[in-house]
Amino acid sequence: MRPTLPRLVNILVPVKRSIDYAVKIRVASDGKGVDTTVKHSMNPFDEIAVEEAIRQREKNGKLVKSITALSIGPPKAVDTIRTALAMGADAGIHITVPESSVVEPIAVANAIKKIIDRSEGENKFDLVILGKQAIDDDSGSTGGMLAGLLGWGQGTFASKVAIADGGKVEVTREIDGGLEIVEGKLPLIVTTDLRLNEPRYASLPNIMKAKKKKIETLKPEDLGLDFTPRFETISVSEPAKRQGGGKVESVDELVAKLKDAGVL
Amino acid sequence: MFVRAALRTSRLSAPLSSLAQRRLASSLVYLEHKGGKLNDSSLNAVTAAKTLGGDLAGIVVGSKADVDGVLDEVKKIDGLSKIYTAASDAYSHQLAETVAPLLATVLPAKSISHIFAAHTAVGKNVFPRLAGILDSSMIADIIALESSGDVFTRPIYAGNAILKIKSSPKDAIKIVTVRTTAFDKASVGSGSASVEEVEATPSETTTKYVSEELTVSSRPDLSSAPRVVSGGRALKSQENFEKVLDPLADALGAAVGASRAAVDAGYADNSLQVGQTGKVVAPELYVAVGISGAIQHLAGMKESKMIVAINKDPDAPIFQVADVGLVADLFETVPELVKKVEAAKA
Repeated sequence: MRPTLPRLVNILVPVKRSIDYAVKIRVASDGKGVDTTVKHSMNPFDEIAVEEAIRQREKNGKLVKSITALSIGPPKAVDTIRTALAMGADAGIHITVPESSVVEPIAVANAIKKIIDRSEGENKFDLVILGKQAIDDDSGSTGGMLAGLLGWGQGTFASKVAIADGGKVEVTREIDGGLEIVEGKLPLIVTTDLRLNEPRYASLPNIMKAKKKKIETLKPEDLGLDFTPRFETISVSEPAKRQGGGKVESVDELVAKLKDAGVL
Repeated sequence: MFVRAALRTSRLSAPLSSLAQRRLASSLVYLEHKGGKLNDSSLNAVTAAKTLGGDLAGIVVGSKADVDGVLDEVKKIDGLSKIYTAASDAYSHQLAETVAPLLATVLPAKSISHIFAAHTAVGKNVFPRLAGILDSSMIADIIALESSGDVFTRPIYAGNAILKIKSSPKDAIKIVTVRTTAFDKASVGSGSASVEEVEATPSETTTKYVSEELTVSSRPDLSSAPRVVSGGRALKSQENFEKVLDPLADALGAAVGASRAAVDAGYADNSLQVGQTGKVVAPELYVAVGISGAIQHLAGMKESKMIVAINKDPDAPIFQVADVGLVADLFETVPELVKKVEAAKA
């Protein structure tokens, strides 16, 4: 019986700069997008992903060798990477694209795959923690696509992640109607659900320290990537406005309205 | 009038001519099931798929017992001409690692142009992996599609904007999940689909199912419930939350939801949170009790067919979207409402 060698984990956390969740979205006048001259921040599910990577290191001590934050986006996406570094990630990778370009999930998944394929030896990435979805395009597909491209196992919508020696990972998943536990092995893709953790705020000293951490800047062509969108946007429009139906005076009237609507 | 009629004709002729050039769609619907029982969200996906015309088939993937269990029912789904089945223990619990590669083999082999699933936890888990294997885009959570088969409409920014997109020929197979509340359920009964077994060739995977813990509740699941009763901060405590809302939910046969404020205050579990960062629901009836209607909450429920709001603040934003609003103290109103709903049912 050989003892299982402790396996060192290199975690990659893709983070997206998106419109802040508290901003009220306005459709742009050209009807092809939304007004993006508003406050941006890290996609909330990605904050949970960064937090989880850091907690895994805090919990498992030396088991986690490195945490790298990756963002694909305009020059300003570097702020999002800095936020991840201030939270506790070790290094950043920024794939820069022009300001207004849209990088679709399948392109993002292919780019992340390139970054993983490029990593080597004891620095090879073997755990990717992503948000379950970005709150801008709401696609929720990048994590699964990446798992499919790489042929790695996946633990999506995670509300609990436990890494054991030997690279065994138990993921509790939020499914319709409850929870499901799956057991995977590294290398693995995990996507985060809201319940996984409560992300920390970066402290001022950590924000200062983050400025010294290294961010590698790449262009899509450096990696042989093509970010030309496959989808053509026909239109972006306001959702149908709801017309409030007015108020009733009593519970009886309310019940009558429910009856009229065929609810009762 | 004349101009408008002419416009309409020209608009019509474009899709018709492209229709003639194009091979008719051959669509497949992933029929989700659990414990040998069809998840009827799949019936909404069938309706979406019917928009395309052409051949429409269903596929059932699972353990032998589960596949056998649902087969009689799914054969009768109206509009399906064929049911493909793939049975193996490796497909139990519909693990994406085994199911997605199977679909990736079946789709080209059967010349499928479109595959649909309901946008459920299973659809959201399996279909992105399928897209990755095929190096294809995926079109998630659609609320409409055009018969041309390449134009889809879906909400973005938590429903605060509606995106209409055209898919590229580069993505030869359209991989689509369907917002169930945007399409009616296909009926079951008069269909008589033929059954064809496809070879089960489970892929090697290092992931395995361990266990599950389903919330034991007589109430329907929040995401798919046809009726939802939701509570906000005005309920003031966890005890009140249950004491006031549970009887109303039971009387209406509804699921219970909560606003973020109620979750943050600890009145409700955050699995109940409705809103931008929680669950997006679109039931037939949504009753908001003591919820002011912050934009993040509205994003999660404003597609509901009928919204009822009970709030003592007449200026609460929730009244701007509610079909029926009642300005009143919830602690008096809700128990009265429960009684009158019970009476109306009897």
